[in-house]
Amino acid sequence: MVVFEKPHALTDAPLHYCPGCTHGIVHRLVAEAIDALGIEGKTIGVAPVGCSVMAYNYFSCDMIEAAHGRAPAVATGVKRALPDNIVFTYQGDGDLASIGTAETVHAAARNENITIIFINNAIYGMTGGQMAPTSLPGQVTQTSPYGRDPQLCGFPVKICEMLSQLEGPEYIERVAVNNVKNIKKAGKAILKAFKNQTENKGFSLIEVVSTCPTNWGMTPQDAMKWVDEKMIPYYPLGVYKDRSAEKAEEGK
Amino acid sequence: MAEKVLMKGNEAIAEAAIRAGCRHYFGYPITPQTEIAAYMAKKMPKIGGTFLQAESEIAAINMVYGVSSAGFRVMTSSSSPGVSLKSEGLSYLAGCDLPALVVNVQRGGPGLGGIQPSQSDYFMATKGGGHGDFRMIVLAPASVQEMAGLTFKAFELADQYRMTAMLLADGTLGQMMEAITFPETEVRTFDKPWAVTGTQMKRPHNIINSLALVPDVLEKMNFDRYKKYAEIEEKEPMYESYMMDDAEICVVAFGIASRVSKNAIMAARAEGIKVGMIRPITLWPFPTKALAEAAQKCRAFVSVELNMGQMIEDVRLATGCARPVSLCNRAGGMIPTPDHVLASIREANKGGN
Amino acid sequence: MATSQILIAGFGGQGVLFAGKFLAYKALTENKQLSWLPSYGPEMRGGTANCSVIISDDPVGSPIITTPDCLIAMNRPSLDKYVDAVAPGGMILVDSSLISVEVERTDVRTFYIPATKMANDAGFATLANMVLVGKLIKESGVVSFENNKETFEKFIPAKKANLIEINCQALQTGYDY
Repeated sequence: MVVFEKPHALTDAPLHYCPGCTHGIVHRLVAEAIDALGIEGKTIGVAPVGCSVMAYNYFSCDMIEAAHGRAPAVATGVKRALPDNIVFTYQGDGDLASIGTAETVHAAARNENITIIFINNAIYGMTGGQMAPTSLPGQVTQTSPYGRDPQLCGFPVKICEMLSQLEGPEYIERVAVNNVKNIKKAGKAILKAFKNQTENKGFSLIEVVSTCPTNWGMTPQDAMKWVDEKMIPYYPLGVYKDRSAEKAEEGK
Repeated sequence: MAEKVLMKGNEAIAEAAIRAGCRHYFGYPITPQTEIAAYMAKKMPKIGGTFLQAESEIAAINMVYGVSSAGFRVMTSSSSPGVSLKSEGLSYLAGCDLPALVVNVQRGGPGLGGIQPSQSDYFMATKGGGHGDFRMIVLAPASVQEMAGLTFKAFELADQYRMTAMLLADGTLGQMMEAITFPETEVRTFDKPWAVTGTQMKRPHNIINSLALVPDVLEKMNFDRYKKYAEIEEKEPMYESYMMDDAEICVVAFGIASRVSKNAIMAARAEGIKVGMIRPITLWPFPTKALAEAAQKCRAFVSVELNMGQMIEDVRLATGCARPVSLCNRAGGMIPTPDHVLASIREANKGGN
Repeated sequence: MATSQILIAGFGGQGVLFAGKFLAYKALTENKQLSWLPSYGPEMRGGTANCSVIISDDPVGSPIITTPDCLIAMNRPSLDKYVDAVAPGGMILVDSSLISVEVERTDVRTFYIPATKMANDAGFATLANMVLVGKLIKESGVVSFENNKETFEKFIPAKKANLIEINCQALQTGYDY
């Protein structure tokens, strides 16, 4: 009896992520959702620039590597050309919430029928730990060595709160992957985000509060704790927008 | 023969693109090319195509990148400042060997510049247009008929060589109307087994990517790409030779500058000056051989441009600096008059031998 | 080689481009070579607008007109701007309802047509442009005066077909002036 196996939608390529990094978990959740819906053969993924730049090697479906921040625009192009295919982007916080904010906001506003997996670990990982748009006030990074001072560099961008103000998007949820319970919830959310697309419901974005033990300068365990103690209070988990549920509610 | 119709240059591009099988257009408003977007907005929904006004030029070129990755003919259009924004995408298209049509209906620069016609994006178009080693096929129409004809050609070349073809026009050509006929030739299509269309669980996954962290791998990609470029330089240069049979003075001009130059050449011929013109139709690949041959018999060259002298560098290179090359130019949205060009031709005729 | 370079100039909204379009389509139906080039700029209405139409037996070189054979001036600034550019022996048509000055040059043929008043009086107030074009055709013979209706049909959309008749009337009014 098989009790545990690799999802089919993941390739055999060994992941290059640091020990304790949660990208691996999220990759697996995405692959499980693709498997569960049986959509691998028609799925096209768009990888970002950042730590997950090589995600195109890890997913078994067709993949595109996009320029920094442009994944939602690239995905828009693919989805418009191939409306019957399933198109998702996988982006980090620098990619999605800083250099690609415009592309993110407008794909959401258009209710583009795509799925976005947004990894928020409050730091630029690949370039070595610079301040991200989502770095917390006071957070020490390479480019905020005295702690992020909102007076000097502004406040973090809360993507779920921001996008849920738009009329466009179908589904916005923030999840975390710092413990088993949260991972299970995250898996459900990601599955829903893909399912929404198969049902032509439109734009779904799942923000995954994640860790970066290497650049946070912590052990993996401490990083998980930091998520609970610092990240989640600032970035509360939950469903921020679910249009179909709202409609159902109105209908009652 | 097909019926003659009157069309603006910008509309001719849009109509030709649709006839060439392009069903996906992404753009952002900017003068003087907005007619292309307007035409697409009207037509595309009726033929099951995509017209999308993107949030920025950057988004538009990346939408193009997405559609091209999926294997479809796709285009965007803009004018000079907007094309600057697209340069990131142009580099990525090159790095992934993706075909696309990008139209630049040029206006005067730099900066926000003006909205009147210009040719000051010659360098940007022919010398790369973004970071990294790459080329774009650059086609320079000189009439509304060519705006259409070269659009067909651009899509074919882009698909054939898997690279960006740029149509480099200017505000005058975009805004003017002339009588044109659309060719009734069959559209050439190309297999795209590299496209991302979903594996259907029948093949290994396709990846569209320009990342190559191992230097010798990246080097080889560049060398291979330049082999392709060398083939294009050999096979694809296009130019018009105008009154060159007995010419002693050779005008070199493209686009609207060549139209003005024709008036000047007629006037100079009436004065007995033996002058002709080589009009590059492809700016890259530049018609180097034609100019080298012209240098064998012409005494002097006059480069007529709507910029501060950009193509003149290629004219000098092509002619090996064997003959004097003078510049006749206006900039910032000004267009040289035929008299201005005539004066330059007379000046060139006086010197040398 | 017969080439006519016609410059039509006035305020935006006076139908300068439309008048040029009619001439361009006339040339098309008569199998002549032509180019039509509008000025373009940030002003959509009320600013100055002009339109260059070249009609020729031979391929048109530059579409930009520097010395028009024929100038239609629909306002004072346009007349002032272009009066000296007109080729000697050329022709200037002035809308004398809107322009009170006279052309001082004696080496050009000048026609004063109260086109705006004529159009108003005849009940097609916005068609002073076509009154002037009618006169232009009469005096220049650059295109024929036949099949005007068919020409309009080529570029006036079907849902505005009711405008064709009054456009023809406006042309006739100018032609007969």
